[in-house]
Amino acid sequence: MTAVSDILHLLVTADLWQAALAAAVLLLLPALGGVISERSGVVNIAMEGMMLSGAFFGVVADLAWHNVWLATLVAILAGGAMALIHAVVSIRFRADQIVSGIAINIFAAGLTVFLVRRIYGLQDIGHVGPSELLPNVNIPVLDQIPFLGQVVFRQNVVVYAALVLLVLVHVVLFRTRLGLRIRAVGEHPHAADTAGINVYMIRYGSVITSGLLSGLAGAFLAIGVSNTFVPNMTDGRGYIALAAMIFGKWTPGGAFLACLIFGLGEAVYANNSTIHVSPYLLSMLPYILVLVVLAGVVGRSSPPAADGLPYVPGAE
Amino acid sequence: MSGPAPGALAVEMRGITKAWPGVVANNGVDLSVRAGEIHALVGENGAGKSTLMNILYGLIRPDAGEILLGGAPTRIAGARDAIAHGIGMVHQHFMLIPVFSVGENVMLGREPVTGGAFYDHARARREIEKLTQRYGLALDPDARTGDLPVGLQQRVEIVKVLYRGADILILDEPTGVLTPQESAELFGVLRDLVKNGKTIIFISHKLREVLEISDRITVMRRGKVVGHLVTKDTNEQEIATMMVGRAVLLRVDKKPAKPGPAALHIENLTARSDQGLPALRDVSLDLHQGEILGIAGVEGNGQSELVEVLAGTRHATGGRIMLGDRDVTAFDARADRDLGIAHIPEDRRGAGLVLNFSIADNMVLGRQRAPAFSWRGVVLRLGAIGEWAQRLVKEFDIRAPGIGTAARALSGGNQQKIIVAREMASRPRVLLAAQPTRGVDIGAIEFIHRQLVAERDEGTAVLLVSAELDEIRSLSDRIAIIYEGRIVSIEPADTPEERLGLLMTGGGGAA
Repeated sequence: MTAVSDILHLLVTADLWQAALAAAVLLLLPALGGVISERSGVVNIAMEGMMLSGAFFGVVADLAWHNVWLATLVAILAGGAMALIHAVVSIRFRADQIVSGIAINIFAAGLTVFLVRRIYGLQDIGHVGPSELLPNVNIPVLDQIPFLGQVVFRQNVVVYAALVLLVLVHVVLFRTRLGLRIRAVGEHPHAADTAGINVYMIRYGSVITSGLLSGLAGAFLAIGVSNTFVPNMTDGRGYIALAAMIFGKWTPGGAFLACLIFGLGEAVYANNSTIHVSPYLLSMLPYILVLVVLAGVVGRSSPPAADGLPYVPGAE
Repeated sequence: MSGPAPGALAVEMRGITKAWPGVVANNGVDLSVRAGEIHALVGENGAGKSTLMNILYGLIRPDAGEILLGGAPTRIAGARDAIAHGIGMVHQHFMLIPVFSVGENVMLGREPVTGGAFYDHARARREIEKLTQRYGLALDPDARTGDLPVGLQQRVEIVKVLYRGADILILDEPTGVLTPQESAELFGVLRDLVKNGKTIIFISHKLREVLEISDRITVMRRGKVVGHLVTKDTNEQEIATMMVGRAVLLRVDKKPAKPGPAALHIENLTARSDQGLPALRDVSLDLHQGEILGIAGVEGNGQSELVEVLAGTRHATGGRIMLGDRDVTAFDARADRDLGIAHIPEDRRGAGLVLNFSIADNMVLGRQRAPAFSWRGVVLRLGAIGEWAQRLVKEFDIRAPGIGTAARALSGGNQQKIIVAREMASRPRVLLAAQPTRGVDIGAIEFIHRQLVAERDEGTAVLLVSAELDEIRSLSDRIAIIYEGRIVSIEPADTPEERLGLLMTGGGGAA
């Protein structure tokens, strides 16, 4: 019972929620990417690989040029490049999108390990100096709000960016012409095509955008939260983001809520020294949540009707 | 945009040829459509009508041939091009997104925007109101499209096409999913559109409709045009003969039924739909030996669920089903089958066949445990299965390269014949036939109809569910009308179509 009271005690500290939000953002970015990609009808389980590529190339660029903004851009583009592969394979060549996604995740893991050894020798990639990390920024005035100020307004720049992107993705998907078209393509590509919408272009754009967002998450992980690249450092976050997307019923807001829950689980684990329960047990928490979610506690959530189906023009 | 003067050629397609690997879908096809007419394009499945129209609409690029619009040679490279040239298409399978509102569906591709990017709901609503008033097509722009009845969904499709400024409307099998009332309404709409200066190309294989609505007819068979007809100078038989290439019996030839005792007794049966809503409410029916009992109803009124419950693939939530004196209410499909209830499912490709299996394997599906086909229900007797399949293929005139051919490779009609052959050959006491001729050619329809009547004459109790009223009326000995999960009336076979139509939509002073 002490464990329960320990956790309850932890839950009222602003420190915990601040960490939870940061952890959630690490999941939110790829989850938003997943939402966009799948809303356009392309199943994307490759966020893990896209994120990992972003993390690696971000660190490489940062070490080379000592410019964190340039490094972040490189990370974003690296994620986008991985996404482009997924897009070509699953849109142009109409391959199975799950298989393509798995291939990209394995490829990214292998490629980054290989390049680490090739460029830096063994696993010592070196550390990025503190001045070349994505900075934490306190928002003046707002950060003085009790509790909330610390949780929301003393965060890394990427957290702010992610929150803006959250709103942006929602607005684009559900309020704009572009969003209407993305959803149309994901629901019924044939109908979209006959309405004169370029199905392929929308899908390419959506998949690549998911990669850009995942790449940004990789940058946040490697040159924000930590300061180096470690093989497989994404540690399944791309998959948890996938679960968050499903949990959130393919909506940005829903995905964010799910990310917060998972982020909270991670933050509790990070504070395991203050809890009288096995840290191994705690480390399982987010994954147990994923299983519970996928087992359907949130109820049946249905994906876009044409999610995962390659589009063949003219076929019924 | 105003089209060419009435009577001038609005569309001319010359020497259109399109080949897919293994088939020539269009072979030197000529089509000319006059401005302001309703031009019917008829032919069996696979005759190349849809290919031709998809070429006109820019979805498929022809290998050869040219298209003239209003006399000018035109290249149509895609749907966008076709729309720009004033061509609109109402597809057989609606190109609508069920989760979108009517407004969003109509606007899609030409959405009004504010601030350069934001979808403008207010203007969308106004645009639809304008069209609604001009053409007399009432629609609620904010309704969720998937919730609308099929007739209204089709109206959304038509409004969508008009919104894009179409002068030439292609309608692909538009009445396939409509009730007689909805069809009549559609024809009224089409006549109004023609009065408004539109030109209509009407694809159909329902000859009575074609004769009713069109001015001229082009008949296709196996990728070629086999006849140009003027509607008022032709008749059903002439068109059917052209379509099939031989004389076809359009009316089902049958003797009066000699019904025996009730084979299937259904009492206060209730069941739920996939969505968990009540689909059957207190259905009571007696199905007699040696009769065909037709179930008429607008799709989605419980007829699918009724057949599934009887076949054992859906649970009843109440009531009783008696096969002779046995209560089979709780029996699953296997037990029902073993007792002699055969089932031709409405979803041929999903529930009737394993598409990747050979014809031979499909012929014994559900009966693979029978001693004739397997040793102790474990090891298949391939030789016996092969002979059995050979025999049925011959008997039911299934056109296929061989019994090893995958069912997927066959035409819809031949796929359906596999199911019909398998189910009838099991010598059932009760035959449940759900949409037995859906999407099947006239030739195959004729054959399947004859088989159903023959089955009846041998004393089988046949339950026929069909969306085609013509089929129900020509085959059935009695007609039960189902509406919102209830049998609202049982009518004799010669009940006028209008009365049936009324009953099907909840009118007609049903008991």
